[in-house]
Amino acid sequence: MNYLASVGSYAIMIREVFKKPTKWRIMKSLIYKEIDELIFSSLGIIIFISFFIGAVVAIQTALNLTNPLIPRNLIGFATRQSVILEFAPTFVSIIMAGKVGSYITSSIGTMRVTEQIDALEVMGVNSLNYLVFPKIIAMLFYPFAIAISMYVGIFGGWMAGVFGGFLTSEDFVTGLQSDFVPFHITYAFVKTLIFAFVIATIPSFHGFYMKGGALEVGKASTTSFVWTSVVIIILNYILTQLLLG
Amino acid sequence: MIDVQDIHKSFGEAHILKGISTTFEKGKTNLIIGQSGSGKTVFLKCLLGLFEPEEGSIAYDGKLYSEHTDDEKRDLRQEMGMVFQGSALFDSMTVEGNVMFPLEMFTKQSKSEMKERVDAVLKRVNLIDAHHKFPSEISGGMQKRVAIARAIVMNPKYLFCDEPNSGLDPKTAILIDDLIKEITEEYDITTVINTHDMNSVMQIGEKIIFLKDGLLEWEGTKNEIFKTDNEAVTNFVYSSDLFKKVRQMYIQEQN
Ligand SMILES: Nc1ncnc2c1ncn2[C@@H]1O[C@H](COP(=O)(O)OP(=O)(O)OP(=O)(O)O)[C@@H](O)[C@H]1O
Ligand SMILES: [Mg+2]
Repeated sequence: MNYLASVGSYAIMIREVFKKPTKWRIMKSLIYKEIDELIFSSLGIIIFISFFIGAVVAIQTALNLTNPLIPRNLIGFATRQSVILEFAPTFVSIIMAGKVGSYITSSIGTMRVTEQIDALEVMGVNSLNYLVFPKIIAMLFYPFAIAISMYVGIFGGWMAGVFGGFLTSEDFVTGLQSDFVPFHITYAFVKTLIFAFVIATIPSFHGFYMKGGALEVGKASTTSFVWTSVVIIILNYILTQLLLG
Repeated sequence: MIDVQDIHKSFGEAHILKGISTTFEKGKTNLIIGQSGSGKTVFLKCLLGLFEPEEGSIAYDGKLYSEHTDDEKRDLRQEMGMVFQGSALFDSMTVEGNVMFPLEMFTKQSKSEMKERVDAVLKRVNLIDAHHKFPSEISGGMQKRVAIARAIVMNPKYLFCDEPNSGLDPKTAILIDDLIKEITEEYDITTVINTHDMNSVMQIGEKIIFLKDGLLEWEGTKNEIFKTDNEAVTNFVYSSDLFKKVRQMYIQEQN
């Protein structure tokens, strides 16, 4: 595949998405549907993953604290930092690239192979606006899901730390509150918003421009997952360098 | 009326349409026949404006497509109805939602006006009790009828059908053909149908064009297709034993 050409058509696609908008009355209901599909239906898995990741981070930190001079409350500190900086925004986004991304690619891809997209075009509907715009708007709510992920992750760390007998609840909270840099939250949410855009648009691109039949829809979902994750990982590096470096 | 002049369409190296000229008249069912892969769907999509031919011109009721502004092209689209090869119903919507979709998108009608119109077209295609079913819950023949209803709900001037009766039993296929022909005459629509079903040719072929290797090999009416001695046409049309016998009988009758 010609990567440069793909980047070009991706850019053209994004421009088309914002052209010739669909009637607001219809768009509104599409957005509600996508919020439900992309955000609400993902909350379960996000909460599940975040809780256990937070718990594991706390246990790992505790087990590595062999030096008695280092205070136990470091466990709370480490949990907070890892969850807020990486696990919630980046790790969960990779999971979402799989869950939400494959849903987007396969639903748009199926519409492509069954000519439903052609049907929209024939009627004079801007199919990219109709299909992709509501997904982008719905994903603006993704930071709320990540905020929940942060709370739950830290809660998981607290549970594992306290009930695993590694430290007291007071110690954990002390650690949690020490050396807090508010900008880290900004950094995490800037990342999250950018990842949200990536998760909404790259899978749409793979679904919209796919060719072939049902088998190719499956393949397109896989390719789309790989690319979405790769882009998230690279952007994560660049954004971290730019914002924290 | 649609007037096509010398259109060419390629995909990369593959030259699919190599210069086709013809006219499709108003109030008539115009058929495009040809082998699988001969470019029927590509041709139809050129007529719809989904593909832009590299060369040649298409005029709709005397006005060239290239002379339309973007807004006019959009208006023109809204005067077209299309029945896709696989129906292409929106599977997230009910039958009623599918048929109502163009009205919701492009008209300012109230909900009750739209409902009335949807009821009328669904009745026209003989579907009265499927309003709240989803496409996956109805048969292929019913899906085709919903697709026709969706295509005519905006009162189009041009109706395009890509193999409207493929995959249907002979009886349902004839019902669909007759329905399209009746609607064409009733509303004076310019209808263009892709098919490789010989029954359709005999049933509704008021004008038939035969495509072969990207060229227009033959054109005529259903009566003329019986008599033609164009070899490519006869090989295609009379490839089945049944039609070979029919032709022999027809020729004997004539003599
Ligand atoms: N979007 C496309 N990109 C590249 N090639 C295409 C495209 N659409 C069609 N073709 C090619 O054009 C040729 C004609 O295809 P088309 O779908 O028009 O055939 P058809 O006559 O409709 O066949 P069938 O009766 O099986 O539907 C085929 O060789 C096909 O591979
Ligand atoms: Mg075809």
